[in-house]
Amino acid sequence: MSTAFEHPVYNYKVVRQFAIMTVVWGVVGMLVGVIIAAQLAWPALNLDLPYTHFGRLRPLHTNAVIFAFGGSALFAASFYVVQRTCQARLFSDGLAAFCFWGWQLIIVLAAVTLPLGFTSAKEYAELEWPIDILIAVVWVAYAVVFFGTIMQRKVNHIYVANWFFGAMIITIAILHIFNNLEIPVTLTKSYSIYSGTIDAMMQWWYGHNAVGFFLTAGFLGIMYYFVPKQAGRPVYSYRLSIVHFWALISIYIWAGGHHLHYSALPDWAQSAAMVMSLILLAPSWGGMINGVMTLSGAWYKLRTDPILRFLVVSLSFYGMSTFEGPMMSIKTVNALSHNTDWTIGHVHSGALGWVAMVTFGALYNLLPILYGREQGKMYSIKLINTHFWLATIGTVLYIVSMWVNGIMQGLMWRAVNDDGTLTYSFIESLEHSYPGYIVRVVGGALFFAGMLVMAYNTWMTAKGKQLNDEIAQA
Amino acid sequence: MSVFWTVWISILLLGSIVGCYVLLKLAQKGQSGEDENVKTGHQYDGIEEFDNPLPKWWVWMFIGTIVFGLVYSVLYPALGSFQGFLGWSSQGQWEQEVASKEHEYAAIFNKYAAVSVKELANNPEALKTGQRLFANNCAVCHGSTATGSRGFPNLADKDWLYGGDAETIKQSIMNGRFSNMPPWGSVLGEEGVANVTQFVLSLSGQSHDAAATEKGQTSFKQFCISCHGAEGKGNVLFGAPNLTDNVWLYGGAKEYIAESIGLGRKGVMPAHKDLLGDEKVHVIAAYVYSLSQ
Repeated sequence: MSTAFEHPVYNYKVVRQFAIMTVVWGVVGMLVGVIIAAQLAWPALNLDLPYTHFGRLRPLHTNAVIFAFGGSALFAASFYVVQRTCQARLFSDGLAAFCFWGWQLIIVLAAVTLPLGFTSAKEYAELEWPIDILIAVVWVAYAVVFFGTIMQRKVNHIYVANWFFGAMIITIAILHIFNNLEIPVTLTKSYSIYSGTIDAMMQWWYGHNAVGFFLTAGFLGIMYYFVPKQAGRPVYSYRLSIVHFWALISIYIWAGGHHLHYSALPDWAQSAAMVMSLILLAPSWGGMINGVMTLSGAWYKLRTDPILRFLVVSLSFYGMSTFEGPMMSIKTVNALSHNTDWTIGHVHSGALGWVAMVTFGALYNLLPILYGREQGKMYSIKLINTHFWLATIGTVLYIVSMWVNGIMQGLMWRAVNDDGTLTYSFIESLEHSYPGYIVRVVGGALFFAGMLVMAYNTWMTAKGKQLNDEIAQA
Repeated sequence: MSVFWTVWISILLLGSIVGCYVLLKLAQKGQSGEDENVKTGHQYDGIEEFDNPLPKWWVWMFIGTIVFGLVYSVLYPALGSFQGFLGWSSQGQWEQEVASKEHEYAAIFNKYAAVSVKELANNPEALKTGQRLFANNCAVCHGSTATGSRGFPNLADKDWLYGGDAETIKQSIMNGRFSNMPPWGSVLGEEGVANVTQFVLSLSGQSHDAAATEKGQTSFKQFCISCHGAEGKGNVLFGAPNLTDNVWLYGGAKEYIAESIGLGRKGVMPAHKDLLGDEKVHVIAAYVYSLSQ
């Protein structure tokens, strides 16, 4: 059929499946996010049921947005990018299909077991041991498909996007397996083989690198393909991509200890984590510079192209949160920010502003191609613009309300009277946090509304499909 | 930590930091001038790459953090068991802060400690301090207005399990209390528990079944009076509650009383001697004492 092309026919089926599920899980995960944000503003919304309690829905939210939404986006983008930049079909269609169905099964199992209260109680790694094993198996299949495709590439060099996807795949495998080493007691309960401070260190070695490799490196891979594609411009600096790639992956792995400042973790590990977190600023910003500078010379396109706008704003939030992170890792800053809403704001400036927005930009570029249209030609460009503004305003409301809350809480907790007693009890800091919690619900609801707009636009694009493979495969 | 691990950590940490610098210098080798837009010649799915030089400001920022990292790593504990040239430790910082604050506030608390708890309860400034200490240390169980909740005694009424005079209150806070109502379910059987429950209901004048009450009274005399007294008025020595006053720690409804008798109760008030120290407990005791005056 596509003999006219120099490359083999690409496997778009699995890309399409993952792309659609990215949108679906985005809707689900963000809805749960809005619900738990509302529960913090109006606690009665937990309905007094264990299944709808904040403690069970919160891990459901984090798992759904990180691993279901973000994970599906990474699978879709990496399978698409690796084929196109290597000019090779996926190494194995069967294994790729196994990745899709396996990953969806994991998500469904998570959605069932977490509200039922089955948890290993490790943040971002709550799933119990049988699901952990399934994740490891699917992830290995992913690695085989991805690196197998790289091996079969028709071009000499490996494109920078694939370095980041590759680093993500290898490191996440190691992190997942070692953090989840546990002794099963029953089918639904296990205990970590680590204890005490070592368990905490393992957990944050994993937890912070889930951010570093899954949500940073993986999505930088997405950025490195879709930004130059959408802008129609060459990547700004090959040199810069080499330096910031190697520096990023070698330094990030040290940073997890900054989650345990002023704890029982030995001082040397805390200091090392802080130093490495600060050094991480430049390698992180390398990606932002490369992305933003790729657009220089194409700035005028921002006026008319909401997809490019998504990508630029995602890079801005990326730059902001990768500055904020090193700053918060400084011990004296952390003494104020730790355990406050500031941390949640920081996470969401990365999660909403960077991860979700770069995903939206990439999907709006990709979805039309998958349905036989031209790049970026969604059903409605206007609705992409609507989505852009809903997402941007939602993100700003979210992070500003959490900054205000976080700094206020930090200051209230440390305020003392002339007699040395604390000025405020904990409950008073909570009472003062309610306005911020309500603003957060509004911000989250706007962001979620944008996600619904995207789902509609996707539906209409898929429905009106022309499935013109000549265009799609070109 | 053994010498091996210190060396291992130092090599990895310093090696990674210095490695960043070496990487940076290698990448700068042979780079073109700015704005030349030289291409690498690579092409991937139509994407080309420029080989632009590393932005200068970015390179200097990178070097700045590397230098800071190296300096910090030798000044502060970062290289295994090497304590750093400043000799700082988080434990040391904490001890220093605590010592300096205690010194700062000592005058106030020493002044309060010089008078008895009872007398201190007339000092409005001391009561304010006591209330704040209470809000941050006691309110979790006893509530912010000290009225307690189920299982946690109300401190604002005149009913006391262990006695309500000023010094006894201080003792309760200093050393804590451990009250133990043994479970009688296996001794009395289901019916026996029901009968004693009826008798206990009668003690506080609640509606009760006359026949069961009579049977219950027999059991009560046998098993309960050693702590609760012949008249059920309790005993402050054991913290055994008065059962006749209709003040209930675990609820006065029939099912709650039956549960207390059948399954027993264990009440723990933690000792605050080591947590807060004598001077602060002294002030809290005055505040709590003032609530029931």
